Amino acid sequence: MAETSERPSRYIETLVGAVLLIITAGFILWMIARTVLPNLVPVAQEGANLAKPSDLIFYVMAGLAIVSAAGVAFSRNIIYSALALLGALLGAGGLYVFLNADYVAISQLLIYVGGVLVLILFAVMLTSKISDQKHSNPSVGTLPGLVLLVALLGVMGYVATRSPWLTASSPFDAPQTSFTIGSLFLREYLLPFEVSSLVLLATLIGAVVIARKEIKE
Amino acid sequence: MDVLFHVKDLVLLAAEGGEAASHAAGVPQKIVEVGYLWLIPFFPLLGFAINAAFGHLIQRRFGKKYVSYIAVGAMALAFLVAVAAWIQMIGLPASERYLVNFLWNLFTAGDVQANLSFALDPLSMMMVLIITFVGSLIHIYSIGYMADDPAYWRFFCYLNLFVFSMLLLVMGDNLVLMFFGWEGVGLCSYLLIGFWYEDIEKAKAAVKAFVTNRVGDFGFVLGMFLLFWALGGSWVQKKNVVAKHERVWSQVDPNYKPVAQTGTFYERDPALSPQSSHRGIRIGPSLTFREIRDQLSSEETGMKERLLGMNFFGIPLLILAGILLFVGATAKSAQIPLYVWLPDAMAGPTPVSALIHAATMVTAGVYMVARLNFLFALSPAVMTVIAMTGAITAMFAASIGFVQNDIKKVLAYSTVSQLGFMFIGVGVGAFWAGAYHLLTHAFFKACLFLGSGSVILGCHHEQDMRKMGGLKRFMPLTEKTYLYACIAISGFPIANAFFSKDEILWRAFDSGHNLLDPSLGKLIWFIGWLTACGTSFYMWRSYYMTFTGEYRGAAGHRPSHGALATHSVGAAHAGTFNHDVLMSATVFDDDPHPDSGGVDAHAKGTAKHPDHPDHKAEGGHGHGGVPHESPGTMTYVLVTLAAGCAATIVLGFWAPLGNLLGIDALKVPLLEHWLEPTMAPTLELVEKRSAQSGHAWEWALIFASVGVAFLGWFIARSFYKDARSHAPAKLAAMFPRLHRVVYNKYYVDEFYQATVLRAVSLLSRAFATFDAKVIDGAVNAVAVVARFICNISGAADTYLVDGAVNLVAEGVIQTGHRLRRIQTGRIQTYLYAAVAGVLVLIGIHYLIR
Amino acid sequence: MGAPGLPHYLIVGVVLFALGTYTVITRTNAVGILMGVELILNAANVNFVAFQRFNPSPLLTGQVFALFVIVLAAAEAAVALAIVLAIYMNMKSIDVSHASSLKD
Repeated sequence: MAETSERPSRYIETLVGAVLLIITAGFILWMIARTVLPNLVPVAQEGANLAKPSDLIFYVMAGLAIVSAAGVAFSRNIIYSALALLGALLGAGGLYVFLNADYVAISQLLIYVGGVLVLILFAVMLTSKISDQKHSNPSVGTLPGLVLLVALLGVMGYVATRSPWLTASSPFDAPQTSFTIGSLFLREYLLPFEVSSLVLLATLIGAVVIARKEIKE
Repeated sequence: MDVLFHVKDLVLLAAEGGEAASHAAGVPQKIVEVGYLWLIPFFPLLGFAINAAFGHLIQRRFGKKYVSYIAVGAMALAFLVAVAAWIQMIGLPASERYLVNFLWNLFTAGDVQANLSFALDPLSMMMVLIITFVGSLIHIYSIGYMADDPAYWRFFCYLNLFVFSMLLLVMGDNLVLMFFGWEGVGLCSYLLIGFWYEDIEKAKAAVKAFVTNRVGDFGFVLGMFLLFWALGGSWVQKKNVVAKHERVWSQVDPNYKPVAQTGTFYERDPALSPQSSHRGIRIGPSLTFREIRDQLSSEETGMKERLLGMNFFGIPLLILAGILLFVGATAKSAQIPLYVWLPDAMAGPTPVSALIHAATMVTAGVYMVARLNFLFALSPAVMTVIAMTGAITAMFAASIGFVQNDIKKVLAYSTVSQLGFMFIGVGVGAFWAGAYHLLTHAFFKACLFLGSGSVILGCHHEQDMRKMGGLKRFMPLTEKTYLYACIAISGFPIANAFFSKDEILWRAFDSGHNLLDPSLGKLIWFIGWLTACGTSFYMWRSYYMTFTGEYRGAAGHRPSHGALATHSVGAAHAGTFNHDVLMSATVFDDDPHPDSGGVDAHAKGTAKHPDHPDHKAEGGHGHGGVPHESPGTMTYVLVTLAAGCAATIVLGFWAPLGNLLGIDALKVPLLEHWLEPTMAPTLELVEKRSAQSGHAWEWALIFASVGVAFLGWFIARSFYKDARSHAPAKLAAMFPRLHRVVYNKYYVDEFYQATVLRAVSLLSRAFATFDAKVIDGAVNAVAVVARFICNISGAADTYLVDGAVNLVAEGVIQTGHRLRRIQTGRIQTYLYAAVAGVLVLIGIHYLIR
Repeated sequence: MGAPGLPHYLIVGVVLFALGTYTVITRTNAVGILMGVELILNAANVNFVAFQRFNPSPLLTGQVFALFVIVLAAAEAAVALAIVLAIYMNMKSIDVSHASSLKD
């Protein structure tokens, strides 16, 4: 991606963001309509088999994640991107809850949002010039990027929906996640657990080493 | 006494050839194979080779006399072998006097077989003896004459080469070898006339001789070809003949209609091939004299009838072939119209004039006609042409000789005139008479020429007779031999030419139907008779102007010819004289010498000098103005030749006397007997056709000839003796225009220059221009085109080929530049590419699935 | 539509992934790129957990893996941001297009 082209990028960015917003909104509405409208007839009969509130919340969570991700991608302001990242993470976390991965959800919130995002915000604060907020997050090569974006969406969306994924035939049995994860870490996944601790140690030392000299000067 | 006895035996033995020969006409010529004839031409050739290769060195290291020893030695050896052959020939019966020495086959091409084969029959034996004997004498003469010339060795070298060529000519067994010699003598004539080539006039004279001879050679060759073809087939008139190649084409291409032609075609007779023979006589196309003679003279073979009836595109073949061959003889023997080279040939040294242009080369034409007597005798028309040409030439040349002042020119025209006589002889069927005149002419003309050379030398290179006179006192020996030779040429009975000339004139008178019309013979006799008078007149004129009266020459002068330059510088003088030193002190006489003779030969002759102021003791010669006698080598030759003039009377003595007195031995003279085997085919025919005038006529004509000779002598004597009479000058003043025309040789040379030579030079210039403009232009155009194509090719190479290569290179470079930009160095680009690639892979996977 | 099934979650993951890739590719701010990386990792996590839910394994493979991804994402974010700070200290700018001194 060669030159920076701020102006076209900004318009396109807005446009795409709006488009996506519209798409998402429309998607949601359409989904709601689709689920609601055809099922209006059997709603009376089926009752509880109509769209549950949980489905709606799912869509909200998903939408949050997606819209926020769009915000991360297309925002011109780095602070906005960081905050959008927060939304995305929250949305993902919400999705985890839906997937019966409560421990993972909490971990996501604690570590990702509380740790990583804060760290990112620190970095943003330390490195950007607050004075030029407006243009603090330029992007280059938006057009090829968009092309790739659409291509990715298309191909992978196709793969995701058309592939005959194996799904369990038996009804789902929600496990006790904390207990299970804990015992798994100390039995089957002991090695990765220990290694990841080493990684964290290395990361700790490494980050200190890398960032230390410069600060001292 | 024994010698005389043997001589008589020889004479009788030679004489008995007559009867047997006369019946030999129809029989194939018997031959005797010998192995030594090749030596006769070989010795002169060897002498030529040695002198050509080493003559210069020998002359420088050892001296001139060794060069002359080689040359004269070669001639002497050739003469000895010739005598040996003659002795052998005498010992054979007349009908077998044909010695053949076959060496090898030169080439064979189809029917043409050219052999290197020498043959001696009586005619060529006579010629060989003349050539070697007179040639040897002239070689000896040249020792003295050319003594002061630095190119001495070259002279003898050429002389030997000439003798070799002449011997080839007469000893050649076939037409090819004769032509080889024919051309060779032409070449040697050129070399020798132009001996002093630094003088441009002499060089031009040499070229004139050669070119004129060439014109004649062309006719000779055509005649030869025609005869050969005629013996192998004939030209027939045919109608609607389809040529073979046309038939072949029609076989190949069915649509082709062969074209039928009407006209004259040459038809090869398959019965006449090199292998065919009729009862032992070889028939068919041949170039060998003997075979042609046998075919044409025998009645049984039928070839004579064939040839008599054959036409070449409407012209009788024998006439055409005969005339063409005669054209060659015309050029070689200086007859009208190709005689113009002979007077100019006097530019060469006097020995050359004597040998080539008196005794030998110019007689080649006569020899050829005599050799082919059987062919010429078949056609009276050709014989008429020959005889008339000879007669007219004789008279024409004699008339020019009346007023010439250069002694050599007088003799040159005399030669032309006498050659005319010889052709009269062979033209009317008296072949032996023509040959006899050839022999006598060789002696007296050589004597005259060499005498004139002696006179010229004695007068210090003065050739104008008006500046001579009274030389009788200073050069007695020369004078006496010259006198006797003049007696001979005028036709007085005390010398040999009377007998030969008279025989010719008598036979011309008596020729009858040998010519086209009997009266032509009488006319020819009349012309010859008048010419004899003229001959006598101008020869005696030259004698009286030269030798009688007072010496009119200048005190002394410098010879002005090209050899002088080298002469003064470093000539090898046999004697010791200070020629150049003294000459500068002498009065310079600028009398022009158009064709001066040789160089002073002062080696030995001063003993005969009466009173000379600058006489040096050792024999050297001071340069005074007084004429002197020539050295011994020269005068002895003159005496020998004069003696020969007398001795050869015997050969022709004397048919009229024999008829008158009834002595059989004299009725057919010795030479006639000797030559009978050669002339056998024609004897009866000529005899039959002759007019059979009585012997009374013969005696009348003899007296008329002698009378007219006396008349000529008398007039010359009264006009020119002692230069007292003013009659010649008065006559010249009375007819100035006539005098001028005759003096300028009837402007024949100018006429040739204006017509033939101008045409030829125009043509050659046209061709040269054509060559330069058109042919060279074409070549240059091709070069231009080639260069143009090369330029295009070069441009194509530069722009297309190199361009393509460069394009590829540029493309690669540009592609590299563009591809290089992929390497942005930014991870994001690479990530983009990776993801895109993965998508493509997934897409492909899904599409294929 | 019905209840959200596997494809729905997968779609979410796909979109997150696509947007994260877009972010990584187009952003010039180093921290922006890092945010994109986080999005990608989150997309992967959603994938893992979704598959664990709809194709359960007794070992809770998906969730455990997602946990590890979170851990390592955190570690990686730390180091990456340390590097970004170091670069910022050095070049006074975190524009990646300025950090191309290794290019040629």
